[in-house]
Amino acid sequence: MSKMMARRSDVQTLPISFTLNGKLQEMEVEPHEILLDVVRERLGLTGAKRSCDVQVCGTCTLLVDGRPVSACTTLAFEVRGRSVLTIEGLAENGKLHPLQQAFIEHGGFQCGYCTPGMILAAKALLDENPDPTEDELKHFMHGNLCRCTGYKKIIESILAAAEKMRSKS
Amino acid sequence: MLRRFRLEEPASVREVSELLGRFGESAKLYAGGTELLLAMKEGLVQYERLINVKTVQGLNEIQSSDGIIRIGALCTHHQLENSPVLRQSLPVFVKLEENVANVRVRQVGTIGGNLCFAEPHADPGTLLIALGAKLVAEKTDSRREIPAEAFFVGAYETCLEPDEVLTEIQVPLPATRSGIAYLKFGYLERPSVGVAVAFSRNGGDSIGDIKIAVGCAGPAPKRVVEAEEALKGKTMEEATQRLAQAGQVAGRAADAISDLHGSQEYKEHIVGVLLKRAFQKAVSQG
Repeated sequence: MSKMMARRSDVQTLPISFTLNGKLQEMEVEPHEILLDVVRERLGLTGAKRSCDVQVCGTCTLLVDGRPVSACTTLAFEVRGRSVLTIEGLAENGKLHPLQQAFIEHGGFQCGYCTPGMILAAKALLDENPDPTEDELKHFMHGNLCRCTGYKKIIESILAAAEKMRSKS
Repeated sequence: MLRRFRLEEPASVREVSELLGRFGESAKLYAGGTELLLAMKEGLVQYERLINVKTVQGLNEIQSSDGIIRIGALCTHHQLENSPVLRQSLPVFVKLEENVANVRVRQVGTIGGNLCFAEPHADPGTLLIALGAKLVAEKTDSRREIPAEAFFVGAYETCLEPDEVLTEIQVPLPATRSGIAYLKFGYLERPSVGVAVAFSRNGGDSIGDIKIAVGCAGPAPKRVVEAEEALKGKTMEEATQRLAQAGQVAGRAADAISDLHGSQEYKEHIVGVLLKRAFQKAVSQG
């Protein structure tokens, strides 16, 4: 027991605080802990998925300060002092975000595995470019892969959401 | 899964260099982590300590003065693709950066990390060689400027000393009417072959200085002087006629190796094709 405790005391932990889906989150993490594990396993938010684990596919996409990152290859301590948005935080007061609504209406969900990442990446795009051309959309989104069906419905969903968001604002 | 490691967060380049000197091969510099963490997750490399160089202030600025564009080593690809200085002075570099990996990698990956990790299938090193860039390396008590063409030693290997830190990339402002282009080709996540061409024009219609670099084909990006010789001093018309020959020479000089991205022969061929297209692009933009 004493040996175990000695080993524990040697472990480096970093106190971090950050905003998670609009709420202050304070916790301790070890330097090697990965953001995706912390969000899924310790915070219980399982919308972001692990798939390729090498920053190619985008299923683990989260927004940090509004910009997309691969949570599978981000050290958790890096979000200290920053704002993290997961798919669970996108709806406001029970009302779906226009992107979520458009994915339902235009069949963008398909099998659903890539959807949280697709929607968050698309949010980052539309926040910086509310009226993207299809080429701009494809360039921004090309690191988010659908491995089941294809991109037609996804692109249609995002363009439809963009139009709706523009007409609202 | 990552194995447990300790994190150091130094505040100055001097401290970074001291830590590197003290811990030697058991520690590694960490910036964006887009390459390093992948290798660590795979278990290909292991470190007792990571030294987070992002806690050092002032290494993420982009400035242009006295004919030199100075790029801090901690600038992310995202910063580079959106930099007003680069858009104005070096649009070819902006274009390259816009097409590095994907939006998430560009968000956190740094130019310094990209160069120091020296993954053979990467873009920036090739263009920086053709641009005649210098890389500034610092340690506790010294500072040196390394020509980009001398920086890369082999796959995942640079000429940096164990306690040296890359702090800045200096790109000479291209002369007016220069022709510069970078083209890459690939069908996997990373480029299979990249070719960069940069030349100045003599008073009339002939090529003055010219630098050609090839990346991804071999273990490290390299300048192909043999191909430059075929085009140097020639009029645009003569050079255009010699492009096929220059392309063949560049292919042979590229030290191409067979890997996942293609056979040696295939890559040598692609080098030739890209050189031709890159030159034509550079001419049309100059």
